[in-house]
Parts: sequence; structure tokens; C-alpha cells
Amino acid sequence: MGKVVVITSGKGGVGKTTAVANIGTALAQLGQQVVMVDTDIGLRNLDVVVGLENRIVYNLVDAVKGRCRLRQALVRDKHLENLFLLPAAQTEDKTAVTAEQMVELCRELKQDYDFVLIDSPAGIEQGFANAVAGAEQAVVITTPEVAAVRDADRVIGLLESRGLKEPQLIINRIRPDMVRRGDMMDMDDILDILAIRLLGIIPEDEHIVVSTNRGEPAVWDKGSRAGLAFRNISRRLMGEEVPLLPIFNHGGLVQRLRRLMGLK
Amino acid sequence: MLGLLQRLLGQETQSSKKIAKERLRLVLVHDRADVSPHFFEALKNDLVEVISKYMEIDTRRLEVKLHNSPEAVALVANIPVLGMKKNYGS
Repeated sequence: MGKVVVITSGKGGVGKTTAVANIGTALAQLGQQVVMVDTDIGLRNLDVVVGLENRIVYNLVDAVKGRCRLRQALVRDKHLENLFLLPAAQTEDKTAVTAEQMVELCRELKQDYDFVLIDSPAGIEQGFANAVAGAEQAVVITTPEVAAVRDADRVIGLLESRGLKEPQLIINRIRPDMVRRGDMMDMDDILDILAIRLLGIIPEDEHIVVSTNRGEPAVWDKGSRAGLAFRNISRRLMGEEVPLLPIFNHGGLVQRLRRLMGLK
Repeated sequence: MLGLLQRLLGQETQSSKKIAKERLRLVLVHDRADVSPHFFEALKNDLVEVISKYMEIDTRRLEVKLHNSPEAVALVANIPVLGMKKNYGS
């Protein structure tokens, strides 16, 4: 019996879909049976991020409404035979499925897969309610900006009120150079404010743009620091203890000097 | 060079990160209070219950609100007292 994990954020554009694509791919690389579910009905994106947009026949709404069997709606990854995508419908809207249908869908999927990763739409309306309905574990993703952290706080409250206790946090697009200069909030600032467990930190990385252009998640790219961070997150989701990347552990020379001199 | 020296000595002008953090802290105080529409009702009821052990208060004119200034957020309660209780605490 697998785990159903929803990845959500409140604010749009902070990296939910990129995170699902990379974590899903990395978990499959580690030998897990994985299905990624795009619940952003009407605005599907996960298919293009993982490069499967040309292989879609049926979608989530077809499967839920019984227009096809669930198996038929799953698109197998190009490289990994244990990784699947359940794409969102593009021509319908969020009311096309109900929370109860999502609960049933997740219950079915977790019989066959170790990880069911749910990509949530932005916002806190019905799309969000559907995305979290069948989940038993939640990951909140944010970037180090006031608006994104504020929305994350709101979403954490909503998750907890829906019984998804102890959501975990991913901080995306951190720039260590700006953190050192004091021009970007760091991990401690954000954790301090949100009072939540950290799942991982992803550095800003140009490889993400390149890999998204290609439709090949950055975890395939051994030179990508973001890819490495996502691989580490996947190992943590499997229960392994993996330290943070060294760039986040000690800060730069100046910060270390200041700390040595007692000025921090 | 001066910038680097100032940074080494920790005397930089307020970093934008500190500004961000402070703005975030303030905005969340309000957001969190607003999350439940019953927040102030629940707070008022609890306040009335506790204070009523010690004083007779006018619950109809009781006011509880968050006072917002640029530097801080304060909880302001205006609770008219009608009289003291003799056997307080019971």
C-alpha cells in the first residue's frame, strides 16, 4: 500500500509542477512505483514538464467519470517503466470532479503504486480541495518572498484543518549569494515564521529552465544542483536521512568570518 | 570596498531581508487572526469567562481588537468594569 502525497503552495508560480516532476522522476529512479496526478483541470502543465504531452489519450476526468479504465488514462514515462502520469483534462474545469471522486481515485492508485504524487493547482478553491481530498501527507512549497510565504502560511492552516497534520516544507529558488548579502530570506527566517518541518531547499538553477524546455526533469542532469536537491528530497520521502546541500549549511566566507568574530 | 568593510563589521544599512521578514511577520499576525471569522468571538468569550471570576463587567460594551501600527501589532481590549467580586476566583 503506497502513500498519497499532495504538493501544494497557495501562490502560483513557485514551482509545484517542477517539484512534482522532479520528485516523481527521482523516486522512480530509486526503484519506486510512482504515479504523478495533475489536478490542475483546465490548465494542465505537468505533461509538458515531463515531456509526455504527445502521448495523452485519456485524462483524469475520463477515468473518474468511467469513460475509460483508470489504467488506460495512465501515461508511461519515456525512460522509466515504473513512472506514470495521470494528466488533467484541458477542456473542462475544476468542477468536473468532486472531492469524493478524488478520494476514491487515490485509494485505487495507492493499491498499485508506492507513491501517488498529487500536483495541486494554485489557489485555495475547489481545485485545491480536490487535490488534498485523497492525500494523507502534504508538502508545501514556497519561495523566499513575502507573498509566497504568506500564502504558504494560509495553506498550512487549511491543510491542518483538513486533518493533514504536520505538512513539510520545500523552499524553492534560494540564491545563496543573495542570502549572504542579506537580500533574501533564508531557511531559518522562513522556518521560524511558519513553524513547520523542512523537507528540503532547492537552489535557483538555470538547469531547471533548460530541462523544462526539453521536457526532461533536472534530476536526469548530474550537473544540476537543483536536480541533486530534488533527488535528496526524494530519498527523505523514502525515510532516509540526507543532510542539506553544503551551500546551505555554513553560509559564505563573510558570514563565517562574522560569526567567528561574534557579529552574527 | 567600504560596503564590504561595513558588511564585515555588521554595520550595513538595514538589509532588505530584514524588511521582508518584518513585513511578513506583521501581515501574518493579521492573516492568522482572520483565518477564522470566529476568532474574536472565541477570544471575547474566553476573556469574559476569566475576568468574570474577578469582576462584574459589561459584556455588551466590551471591545476587543487588534491595533495596528507600523512597528507592532497590539491586542487592545476595552472592558467596562461594573464592580468587583468579593469572593473572587470562585
